[in-house]
Amino acid sequence: MLPVVILKDDDVIMIELAEIHRDFLVGDQVVHALDDVTLTIESGEYVSIMGPSGSGKSTLLNLLGLLDRPTSGVYRLNGKDVTSLSDIEQAQVRNREIGFVFQMFHLVPRLTAAENVELPLILAGMPPEQRKPKVANVLDDLGLTDRSHHKPEQLSGGQRQRVAIARATVTEPNVILADEPTGNLDHKSGTDVIRILEQLNERGITLIMVTHDPEMGQRAWRQLRMIDGCMHSDHSNDDQINPDHGAS
Amino acid sequence: MALHSQDIAWFSWGALRGYPARTLLMLIAMAIGVSAVVVLTSLGEGARLYVMDRFASLGTNLIIVFPGRSETAGINPTTMMGETPRDLTLNDALALTRSYNVRRITPINVGSADVSYLSRSREVVVLGASHEMLAIRHWELAQGKFLPAMDLDRASPVTVIGSKIRDELFGAERALGKWIRIGDRRFRVIGVMGSEGRSIGVDVQETIMIPIASAQQIFNTSSVFRILVEAKTREAIEPVKQFIIDTLQQRHQGKKDVTVITQDAVLETFDRILGALTYAVGGIAAISLAVAGILIMNVMLVAVSQRTAEIGLLKALGASPRQIIVLILAEAFLLSSLGAIAGYLLGQLGSWSIRYAFPDLPAYAPAWAVVIALVVAVITGLVFSLMPARRAARLDPVLALSGR
Ligand SMILES: Nc1ncnc2c1ncn2[C@@H]1O[C@H](COP(=O)(O)OP(=O)(O)OP(=O)(O)O)[C@@H](O)[C@H]1O
Ligand SMILES: [Mg+2]
Repeated sequence: MLPVVILKDDDVIMIELAEIHRDFLVGDQVVHALDDVTLTIESGEYVSIMGPSGSGKSTLLNLLGLLDRPTSGVYRLNGKDVTSLSDIEQAQVRNREIGFVFQMFHLVPRLTAAENVELPLILAGMPPEQRKPKVANVLDDLGLTDRSHHKPEQLSGGQRQRVAIARATVTEPNVILADEPTGNLDHKSGTDVIRILEQLNERGITLIMVTHDPEMGQRAWRQLRMIDGCMHSDHSNDDQINPDHGAS
Repeated sequence: MALHSQDIAWFSWGALRGYPARTLLMLIAMAIGVSAVVVLTSLGEGARLYVMDRFASLGTNLIIVFPGRSETAGINPTTMMGETPRDLTLNDALALTRSYNVRRITPINVGSADVSYLSRSREVVVLGASHEMLAIRHWELAQGKFLPAMDLDRASPVTVIGSKIRDELFGAERALGKWIRIGDRRFRVIGVMGSEGRSIGVDVQETIMIPIASAQQIFNTSSVFRILVEAKTREAIEPVKQFIIDTLQQRHQGKKDVTVITQDAVLETFDRILGALTYAVGGIAAISLAVAGILIMNVMLVAVSQRTAEIGLLKALGASPRQIIVLILAEAFLLSSLGAIAGYLLGQLGSWSIRYAFPDLPAYAPAWAVVIALVVAVITGLVFSLMPARRAARLDPVLALSGR
């Protein structure tokens, strides 16, 4: 439908949301955090989600990450209806296919950087001898090798977010969901973190990022804008073709 | 997605070390509960063994015969007519050996007499007995030999003395082979009693033993104070008792004029009472374990809410509800096991102190109490953590992560 799609050689639909509603009951009032959202995201896309506070961006991201269930509607991930999966099956999908990056980093304070990165592999039941090289690899990729035995409190904000990204990618997920990943970082380390996420996207990982910062949001191929729980606009930068993406 | 057990252990251990105050509090609660069980049951068991031991030192399967009907047996014709009961004699004692079920007997006479060696002299309890006395009473010799085996009615100038008597009469001098004077007769010391012989009624250290016939001569009597009979087995006690009553009735012209008591009856009662006491104090102490369990539940609830974000994160990283429960329970298991072990050690230290302070009291916690205390501690820890673990597993990850 768009030139962007033509550029990609594997235009496989990864995420399919159909008429998604997510209502919260606050007191005796119903809040429509997501109001009839229908959305399709293909494998390898780079999507930013923007919009005013309270417009439902985080709610959408949590739904995509199977941390939350819609009140109604259907969510298909890689062609499979995941809304009806059991808790255990959803946990498995989260572990294998999804990587989260949070605004607050959410590192376990008592664990070292390497141990934090190792956690998802531990939860996957991977034997220790297979885990260590993987952890070392991602830490190396993100330039954190000399920080691997540091506790989070001994790291800067940018380093912490890099550790969190290492943790999100160590399981080799298909999609990374980032909720304001630069929200707690200064401009420079924020830009560094965005670059790292973009590099991961260039390697083929789908990147979906919520941001308040228009400058950051504009970097994405595709920009979604939410207002009051609805998808207000869906804009693709077809004029701004990045040669790197064509290569992948 | 099964967690590896070493990963579970690693993670729980890290969590425990991450919150030292909480961990310490729970360890102490658990340790107090377990050590209370250990100490109190060791006290109860110690008291039981102490009393049992005192009674057992009277002899095993022991039957004691003495002249006269016991008052508890009610009014009987002899006392009504003002007759003194017929004395027991050496021949009565001899007659009692003629049962297959009797292992040993000894008649005894007790009295006090002046005992002297050179210029030293004192008044001493003199016990006349047969050579079987040593085995019946489970006494031990420190030196020399015990009274020789010989006919009951044969006197012989030999004596076995208590160690205190030896110290008083001989000091550092060697006592064996020396002649001492008891009353107006001379006896050669052939043995010294060991210090083991403690028993109710008689302090062996302060006693002098001589053959029964010699004692009769010194005290100028032909009667016997008591006859001690040892049955071959516990089961034989009743038949032997009946045999004694029948035999002596026959020998005393049909009169039932002796009293026969067994120590087993007394012993059993004490055993039962003190055993029940041990269970009771153990049970009371176990209540403190239950209290520890409730404390654990509260602390684990606090732990779960303290670590809400961490649990939410684990869920985001793909932990299933089951895995969360396993991790929380592993933590509780680790805590309560460590607490139980600490409590066990503390309890052993406690009962050691009791034994140290009261050397006579064998205050060892019975194995059943230790096992139950440890098992109950661990199970309490697990059971009371089930609710907090479930709560953790049910946490909404979105809320947990947003800290809302
Ligand atoms: N657990 C909840 N209970 C009740 N209301 C909720 C809950 N979560 C979200 N909401 C409501 O849903 C709406 C959307 O919230 P959401 O967090 O998705 O907004 P957002 O776009 O991420 O905002 P922000 O930019 O401030 O992060 C808001 O009105 C919010 O109050
Ligand atoms: Mg948000």
